[in-house]
Amino acid sequence: MNLEQDQAEQTIDEIVASLGDTVGETRVENPKMSATGVDVFYADKQAIYGVDLDIANNEVIAMIGPSGCGKSTLLRCLNRMNDTIPICRVTGELTLDGEDIYNKDTDPVLLRARVGMVFQKPNPFPKSIYENVAYGPRLHGLSRNKADLDDIVVTSLRKAGIYNEVKDRLDAPGTGLSGGQQQRLCIARTIACSPEVILMDEPCSALDPIATAKIEELIDELRENYAIAIVTHSMQQAARVSQRTAYFHLGKLVEVGDTDTIFTNPSHELTENYITGRFG
Amino acid sequence: MNTSLLILLICVITALAYVMGRTRAQRYRNSGNPADHPHSLPRYYGYMVALWAGLPALLVFCLWTMFQQKVLTGIVAASLPAEFHALPSGQQDLVINDIKNIAIGNMSQSAADSIRADAAARYKSLIELAVWLKAGLALLVGMVGLLWGLRSVFPAKRARVFVERAIMFFLIACSSLAILTTLGIVLSVLFESMRFFGKVPFTEFAFGLHWSPQTPIRADQVGSSGSFGAVPIFAGTLLISAIAMTVAIPFGLMSAIYLAEYASKSVRAWVKPLLEILAGIPTVVYGFFAALTIAPLLRGVGESIGLSVASESALAAGLVMGIMIIPFVSSLSDDVITAVPQAMRDGSLGLGATKSETIKKVVIPAALPGIVGGVLLAVSRAIGETMIVVMAAGLAANLTINPLEAVTTVTVQIVTLLTGDQAFDSPKTLAAFALGLMLFITTLILNIIALRTVRKYREAYE
Repeated sequence: MNLEQDQAEQTIDEIVASLGDTVGETRVENPKMSATGVDVFYADKQAIYGVDLDIANNEVIAMIGPSGCGKSTLLRCLNRMNDTIPICRVTGELTLDGEDIYNKDTDPVLLRARVGMVFQKPNPFPKSIYENVAYGPRLHGLSRNKADLDDIVVTSLRKAGIYNEVKDRLDAPGTGLSGGQQQRLCIARTIACSPEVILMDEPCSALDPIATAKIEELIDELRENYAIAIVTHSMQQAARVSQRTAYFHLGKLVEVGDTDTIFTNPSHELTENYITGRFG
Repeated sequence: MNTSLLILLICVITALAYVMGRTRAQRYRNSGNPADHPHSLPRYYGYMVALWAGLPALLVFCLWTMFQQKVLTGIVAASLPAEFHALPSGQQDLVINDIKNIAIGNMSQSAADSIRADAAARYKSLIELAVWLKAGLALLVGMVGLLWGLRSVFPAKRARVFVERAIMFFLIACSSLAILTTLGIVLSVLFESMRFFGKVPFTEFAFGLHWSPQTPIRADQVGSSGSFGAVPIFAGTLLISAIAMTVAIPFGLMSAIYLAEYASKSVRAWVKPLLEILAGIPTVVYGFFAALTIAPLLRGVGESIGLSVASESALAAGLVMGIMIIPFVSSLSDDVITAVPQAMRDGSLGLGATKSETIKKVVIPAALPGIVGGVLLAVSRAIGETMIVVMAAGLAANLTINPLEAVTTVTVQIVTLLTGDQAFDSPKTLAAFALGLMLFITTLILNIIALRTVRKYREAYE
């Protein structure tokens, strides 16, 4: 029994080893966030193998790959959301503006205010639309008075492109909105904390095509002010919204490069197979 | 023919009906003719025929058993001579009782006069006849039902729909049993209370400040005036419940939050059952814990800081009661807190909230309806608790809000009123029903208020 398991693990390790080094340029000039040799373990099971990757300012980087390839796990390392999972262990170096975010002195709470996150399923709090957006600024004391807070809420809703749809009903519950509106509300909620990086974990997977198009438009606008990393299962979406694309396979970063290059002229065989739909 | 044999026979007929119904449907199915293909699976035709055979027979059996006694007694009574009918109804009952006892053999015939002995013989023969008639009728109805059911086994018959509907009615009957019982209890309490309010004016009961239910048994008895002002005992109930909730809500809620959000799996697996053991300790044990340990302790502490504490105090009873109901609050709150989706927590943590901020601002508001439900259950438990109060808070109906004095509660008074030696129609015993009614109304109002509050402030997720 044990022997069999060992063998099975060995084969996975062998496959991972056979994938070789990452193809393409993992580094950029003046990276906002940077990962170097990151390994992630869930208990004894290794989920990510030695990933090097930079996230640049004013750029959208798309992370693609088959299910279970570790792209969401890596994303959740970037704002230490994995801390909430007791069995999860992260080694290697992850920096924000050159500072190690897994340093003992780094406060994960402050980090998450600087590196915001939008989740797969829209998860507005069961509170009013206004309260949803005001939640972060209130926590972090970003406003001096009520007028200030009103201002932050309105600006964030505007930036998220949902203000015109909800301006008459800011007191209505956020859970009463449609799926796409809820997701834009969650983006507004994230923006309201004035983050520097926004992480998006399959933000459109629960939405219809029209709502998806709106979010994609929004992501393109947000790029002007934030560094954005997006995990997606839709290759069309990656091609539409991102400037760089990273392809993950079995916990390894296989290839990374300009989105145009990756989608028109991939270098690695696995990347080519995936984007042409031969598996995944 | 005795009852168990009859029931067994009905079961046999039902089983037979099932087999026959299924076989007949199966024959249609096997015929291969598309027009003869039955609507439902064969077993549903079996169920249908079984229902037709079993249910009416059981119904006859139950109705007959319910009314047999009454009808037979009526027949026997009608045959008794005119002197019997001239007797007052209480004595008539005695005579009937004698007759029944003789018939069963509990009373020797030699002790009875000839009229009673004759009546007893008649009663006995009537019972024997009735038993056979009952068995015959039930079995006949069963057989007729079986034949009727078999007649309705034909391809177009929608047996599955029939069975589904029968199941629905069965479920309705089960749920209405609880409702009808509640209704019956409320009505009986209501009527007894009306009798009480016929003797003691409602205003005196509801607004009177003095409770002393000792009414004189004899006319020349002294010192028992009887006054039924219920305010002191309701005040006592509220005081003790309030103390208990002040203990139970914070401690229960905090331990629920710890268990649901902070405790590791292994700690939770140990602590939760341990906490629930608290709910399994008999209240009488809590009672003497309160009376023998807590009350003297409070008295000692009170004396040392210059307060006078009664040896039986509302505080002692309330504190122990609060500890007793901690598991109600914590266990239910723990369940609803765990049920709040992880996405809510992730969303809050992802915005840079700390764990406690997340709990305070997102998790608890989302779980609030369930938490209030748990608290409500605890409140009704506190109001209804009797044993601890009897032992630790005493029987004195003082009107006070000082928790260091002895008070009493509604349930305790109901017990003391009904364990007395007075006639069952005296104001003293009837007062118990009035108290019960008032208690019921009070808890009902509390529940309605709580439900409305929850509906107003609930933050529903999903």
